[in-house]
Amino acid sequence: MSHNGPMDGITALAGLAASDASLRRFLHGLPGVDEVGARARADVLASRSIKTDSKRQAIDLAISMIDLTTLEGQDTPGKVRALCAKASRPGFGAPPVAAVCVYPDLVPAAVAGVAGTGIKVASVATAFPSGRAALDVKLADVKSAVAAGADEVDMVIDRGAFLSGRYLTVFEEIVAVRASCGDAHLKVILETGELGTLDSVRRASWLAMLAGADFIKTSTGKVAPAATLPVTLVMLEAVRDFAAAGGRRIGVKPAGGIRTAKDAIRYLVLVNETAGEPWLDPAFFRIGASSLLNDLLMQRARMETGRYAGPDYMTVD
Amino acid sequence: MRFEYAPAPESRSVVSLRDCYGLFINGEFVDGNSAFKTISPATEEVLAEVAHAGPEDVDRAVAAARRAYERVWSALPGRERGKYLFRIARIIQERARELAVLETLDNGKPIRESRDVDVPLAAAHFFYHAGWADKLGYAGFGPSPRPLGVAGQVIPWNFPLLMLAWKIAPALACGNTVVLKPAETTPLTALLFAEICQQAGLPPGVVNIVTGDGSTGQALVAHPGIDKVAFTGSTEVGKEIARVCAVSGKRLTLELGGKAANVVFDDAPVDQAVEGIVNGIFFNQGHVCCAGSRLLVQESVAGEVLDALKRRMATLRLGDPLDKNTDVGAINSRAQLDKITELASSGDAEGAQRWSAPCPLPDRGFWFPPTVFTGVSQAHRIAREEIFGPVLSVLTFRTPAEAVEKANNTPYGLSAGVWTEKGSLILWLASRLRAGVVWANTFNRFDPSSPFGGYKESGFGREGGRHGLEAYLDVGGGGDA
Amino acid sequence: MSAAAAMPESGAPDGADRLAVRKTYKLYIGGAFPRSESGRSYVVRDPAGGFLANAALASRKDARDAVVAARKAFAGWSGATAYNRGQVLYRVAELLEGRRAQFAEEVRLTSGAPLREALEEVDAAVDRWVWYAGWADKIAQVRGGANPVAGPYFNFSLPEPAGVVAVLAPQDGPGSALLGLVSVLAPAIVGGSTAVVVASERHPLPAVTLSEVLATSDVPGGVVNVLTGRVAEIAPWLASHMDVNAIDLAGALGAPGALADDLAVAAAENLKRVLRLPAADWAADPGVERMFGYLETKTVWHPMGT
Repeated sequence: MSHNGPMDGITALAGLAASDASLRRFLHGLPGVDEVGARARADVLASRSIKTDSKRQAIDLAISMIDLTTLEGQDTPGKVRALCAKASRPGFGAPPVAAVCVYPDLVPAAVAGVAGTGIKVASVATAFPSGRAALDVKLADVKSAVAAGADEVDMVIDRGAFLSGRYLTVFEEIVAVRASCGDAHLKVILETGELGTLDSVRRASWLAMLAGADFIKTSTGKVAPAATLPVTLVMLEAVRDFAAAGGRRIGVKPAGGIRTAKDAIRYLVLVNETAGEPWLDPAFFRIGASSLLNDLLMQRARMETGRYAGPDYMTVD
Repeated sequence: MRFEYAPAPESRSVVSLRDCYGLFINGEFVDGNSAFKTISPATEEVLAEVAHAGPEDVDRAVAAARRAYERVWSALPGRERGKYLFRIARIIQERARELAVLETLDNGKPIRESRDVDVPLAAAHFFYHAGWADKLGYAGFGPSPRPLGVAGQVIPWNFPLLMLAWKIAPALACGNTVVLKPAETTPLTALLFAEICQQAGLPPGVVNIVTGDGSTGQALVAHPGIDKVAFTGSTEVGKEIARVCAVSGKRLTLELGGKAANVVFDDAPVDQAVEGIVNGIFFNQGHVCCAGSRLLVQESVAGEVLDALKRRMATLRLGDPLDKNTDVGAINSRAQLDKITELASSGDAEGAQRWSAPCPLPDRGFWFPPTVFTGVSQAHRIAREEIFGPVLSVLTFRTPAEAVEKANNTPYGLSAGVWTEKGSLILWLASRLRAGVVWANTFNRFDPSSPFGGYKESGFGREGGRHGLEAYLDVGGGGDA
Repeated sequence: MSAAAAMPESGAPDGADRLAVRKTYKLYIGGAFPRSESGRSYVVRDPAGGFLANAALASRKDARDAVVAARKAFAGWSGATAYNRGQVLYRVAELLEGRRAQFAEEVRLTSGAPLREALEEVDAAVDRWVWYAGWADKIAQVRGGANPVAGPYFNFSLPEPAGVVAVLAPQDGPGSALLGLVSVLAPAIVGGSTAVVVASERHPLPAVTLSEVLATSDVPGGVVNVLTGRVAEIAPWLASHMDVNAIDLAGALGAPGALADDLAVAAAENLKRVLRLPAADWAADPGVERMFGYLETKTVWHPMGT
């Protein structure tokens, strides 16, 4: 951190992206992450006790941050319609979610499904989830999603290139996808479960932010482990530091494996005590999930009625 | 969006406080001649009246311990002693919540710490030492090390139950009996522990608890019936005890004050270093002998680290110690608050710059906000004297050699921290720091298997681990190693 | 004259032979052999009262200088490898062996023991250096180790030297003059501490001659400093010295008044480690208590993660 602080990185962006070596010098000059310490911090924050009014607030905030997701081979327009219905009217007086997230070919169904609700349509693209396709194929994937009306594009980085040190390849691909997005927001999936270390998570976060990401996202949901608290902690530190160094405010999206209201609230605590209030906003924090919504609704019902809810009373979509 | 955490207080109902507590002598609670009040430092509410042990009470306790030593405990096979200690460990776990709430009430520390640190570690200390009781011949002190006899133990108010465990567990495992004096302001968990001894069926007199003030402690350490003195507390009192024991020839271990340097290099994992700095000085309100009270940060990153530290300090939640989300609790007593306030004022007067986290302080009780002084030099009192409160002094260095020189420039030598991603630098620095515990890329970690204790004026002897047993054993003749 | 005639060096009683060159017994501080800064000396006599030599009568300022020298030498000696310290101590044994006759003669003169016993004492002293030389690179393994803490941390404890130690050498008794001296000095330095020794008041000559062995061996200057003089005069300055980390009271046991108590009380001012072991049979197995008494234990934690 002594040699190339974040500010130098952002102001000297043009020079940084000159080569793998120059990017390497910058990314490897970022402060290291001690895994044990990061986990210990995440554990303490996970032990926060969020009760009564603050729990009520957190549940609705979490619902409003959900990217309600279906990414299955068996997805159909009918499935997506049902998802959109649930997204816009979760029930029990809960607010709508932030977005629905689908494969590119189902974007038209999603656009139709959420029309007039203000809910965004997000589409994964770039040969999701592996990203193993030629760049022009990935860009065509992005363009088709955007042309079909996607408001947000969730791309995957080339983990192979990242792990072999070809940072410029990763960088330039993000820049190219960014250009293909037009006005759509770009979420860059790091697939942290394949990156191996928290140091790599921090470096990949900075690489994506420097290349023009609007959001950095943990996972595709297709690789274990998906989102974890320590990984999200490191990514929240990255967006905080990027903004503090004069960069834009970048959003964070943990995705995959967040299934309970308790989990979701832990992520909100993490946001609150790491990046802070400006990120407690669906514009800057999203949770990629599907079954989570029903658990949040069950908890909400419990708080409204004073009794425990049952799954028979929650819609399965 | 603003996200406030609603109050989340741990229930007090798990604790049933008595109006008054007697002394625990020979397995039962007995009245003292006078009593004193113990209060909750967070509210100044009186929690209970506690007997004050005078010299004749100390006499009775020592006599009970001697009888138990001679008639029961020293003759008991190690295997059986161990089983008592295992029982105690289990009961501490079973009554963990009760102990944690009581500790937080009496001490003012956050329930998160008493629940997650103090009480689990206390149980772990008994569990660890229980296993030693029948294996002392293999501990490297010769084939048949002998107990010393009756141990007189005086403990501080910062970790009341945990310090009790550090003292009583090894003493009993090694075959000694004890008379323990808890701190005047925090007697309650020791008295609950006395009940636990009863529940465990511990033979009467093996553990005796005498509550009182400094005069009770003096009577105990000077008592001719004591073979071994163990003290944790201030260096000033430790020296006085050392003088007493110098003449009486009692065995002595002292765990005293500190002014630990927490050394942060420019290649540190900065977010974890900031957590380590915070944990180092604000854990338990800084009422920690090994607190990282001197931050030594490399000049090239001092600004960056301080900005991050202040940002992090602003998130610290100070308030009701029973609230599960509280990070910083109450100062233990008015006297301690006065001492912290006075030393902090000297920092102002000597020209250091004070910054405190912007947290409102409750109206009642004893409180001090997490505070950092920058522009501190080695000559300032706040860089030399132990504050024992949530006050951090920040100094800078330029080279590793300068870091070592400044870190060691103190009569204390209890602990130190070092933060760098360079392994060889960690080992180089660790070998040069004159301190008994060095935390590298972490801080304030404790474990019953890990020896703890100081160099120089931070005391002598070790507590914990194989090393800690030696303080409670007669290894005369040196043993086989 | 008759007493002096007992000294072989004095030789040539009738002038028929050459006049021997007598040795001047000085202090040993920082690798040099100064006289006492006070300019004082005292007469050392044999058990029969005969004159043996004038020894330097060290002052508090000599003690102060010795502590400064010992502190200066500490970083290098404690930083040397254990293997190196072991070799240095073994070298002392080698040189002592080579001056066996000289030491035996001094022991005989000062203690009045028969030459055979004096030779046994010297041999035992040589063997004691060998015993401690072998300990140097074993201490860390015997006294240190890994601690299985309940968490993702590598945790180990290592012995480290206490620092500057004051050693009051045994004053009297069988084998004390050389073997007793070596038995209290070697355990102090083998672990890396540096020493200020106050030699036996009545039997200082072997201590001074041992200094010469140390000076010509590989022991760095300042690691051992030897003062001769009055224990009751010098020891209180060492016991109260705030830059001394430990003190062995062997030479104050049985002293008039309550010297050992007084020294222990003074030592409490900076919490010196006080070694107050019962009077020893110097010929017996020395054990490890003395050696381990000069060791601190340092515990280091480090996270284990990726």
